[in-house]
Amino acid sequence: MSGEAQGQREPAAAGDADETPTVAVLDYGAGNLRSAQRALQRAGAHARLITAAADAQGADALVVPGVGHFGQCVRQLRAQGFEPLLGRWAAAGWPVLGICVGMQILFESSEEDPEPGLGLLPGVVRRLPDRVSVPHMGWNVLTVVRDDPLVAGVDGAHAYFVHSYAPEAGGDHVVATSFHGVAFGAVVRAGSVAATQFHPEKSADKGRRVLANFLTGVAQRPAACGPAR
Amino acid sequence: MSAKPATTLAARVIPCLDVDAGRVVKGVGFVDLRDAGDPVELAAVYDAEGADELVFLDITASSDERDTILDVVAATAEQAFIPLTVGGGVRSVDDARALLRAGADKTAFNTAAVARPEVLSQAADALGSQCVVAAVDARRRDQQDPAAGWEVYTHGGRTATGRDAVAWIAECAARGAGEILLTSMDRDGSKEGFDLHLLRAATGAVSVPVIASGGAGTAAHMAAGIRDGGAAAVLAASIFHFGELRVAEVKDAMAEAGVAVRRG
Repeated sequence: MSGEAQGQREPAAAGDADETPTVAVLDYGAGNLRSAQRALQRAGAHARLITAAADAQGADALVVPGVGHFGQCVRQLRAQGFEPLLGRWAAAGWPVLGICVGMQILFESSEEDPEPGLGLLPGVVRRLPDRVSVPHMGWNVLTVVRDDPLVAGVDGAHAYFVHSYAPEAGGDHVVATSFHGVAFGAVVRAGSVAATQFHPEKSADKGRRVLANFLTGVAQRPAACGPAR
Repeated sequence: MSAKPATTLAARVIPCLDVDAGRVVKGVGFVDLRDAGDPVELAAVYDAEGADELVFLDITASSDERDTILDVVAATAEQAFIPLTVGGGVRSVDDARALLRAGADKTAFNTAAVARPEVLSQAADALGSQCVVAAVDARRRDQQDPAAGWEVYTHGGRTATGRDAVAWIAECAARGAGEILLTSMDRDGSKEGFDLHLLRAATGAVSVPVIASGGAGTAAHMAAGIRDGGAAAVLAASIFHFGELRVAEVKDAMAEAGVAVRRG
């Protein structure tokens, strides 16, 4: 692979002969990537795991999965050089999807760890209240609070959550909420950066719907030049 | 009493498959399967039926064949898009990590946790509490009197430990287990219903979710495990496998009892 020629193709231009979007799943050692990869494939994407920012070349979208600890995840993601990649993509309006802790690390910070997040989404991730079982583990209801293509067809549906911290429910970036002791942000979006606190790859048919919605958005992404490097 | 529920979380219905050297044992008789012994095919069927989660209990005795569970988990993750917990023979953080890498979402520690309780904290630190389940097999000290308490057994129920089950469950949670899979050995296979006294004692002792196991014979038993026992999830094996109960029936009964459930 030659660098510059390939570099101009990040992401691939819209209208390629192959209409199937290619999604790069960031592999930074955070949990069960295979499930995310397989679910994206089932929803209609080429999905490949990448361990370095350079490997994102040619991809149409980035997915940031994540299971585990906020601090460990964000430190490892930074150590692998993914932060500038995500920043470029967000600035250029190219699609990014964060999942669970992969969502949380896109926020400004979390009560779980003093390490700052990437700040691509506004606000703080907070610990769920102790008056309910924590971790919040299982299927909970999505309530859509703002129209967004990502949540088409899933208002009122159950999605699978496993987490102890969550974004706050307020703010223009909150697309859907759920409720466990407190209302919290279950789906959020700021520009082209969208994210789910639940695991679409573990949420059966409704999860597939959310991933398919995301891929539809990928297909409709701006066809302008890729992010500046 | 608050008018608003503390959560809108749905109760989970979890079929459990015993897997021996990569094959489902105890046969399965409820659907027209090409291969009733294939855990991967069964997992996909249960996913389609509306199961909220699956548990694989690896009962492989031969150490030569232990790694077959990793292949089974990997193949299952290809076809089932609901959470998968794997227990049986999980002894170390490395064992757990290998299962998670293969595609499991959670791993259950049982005998190893009693022998070395610190393995729970190690696993929780390394992998996160959300993927560490403590599986506890408990038996009444006095069949007639739940006030006498319950004792923890290990090695598939063959070895008494002397430990008090409720105290052990609390210790598991304190050490970082994110969930308790609690089996009543007295009720297991009886179809008389869960040991609700045990469930109430356990769910009163911890804030992490408790999965009720052992004894469910009817959909009403399942609903009672949630509503009266305080469990977050109910697990059963053969009554699902032999078609005596369908996942959808259980959810109907739960909904009728006022328990929130997920509908496809």
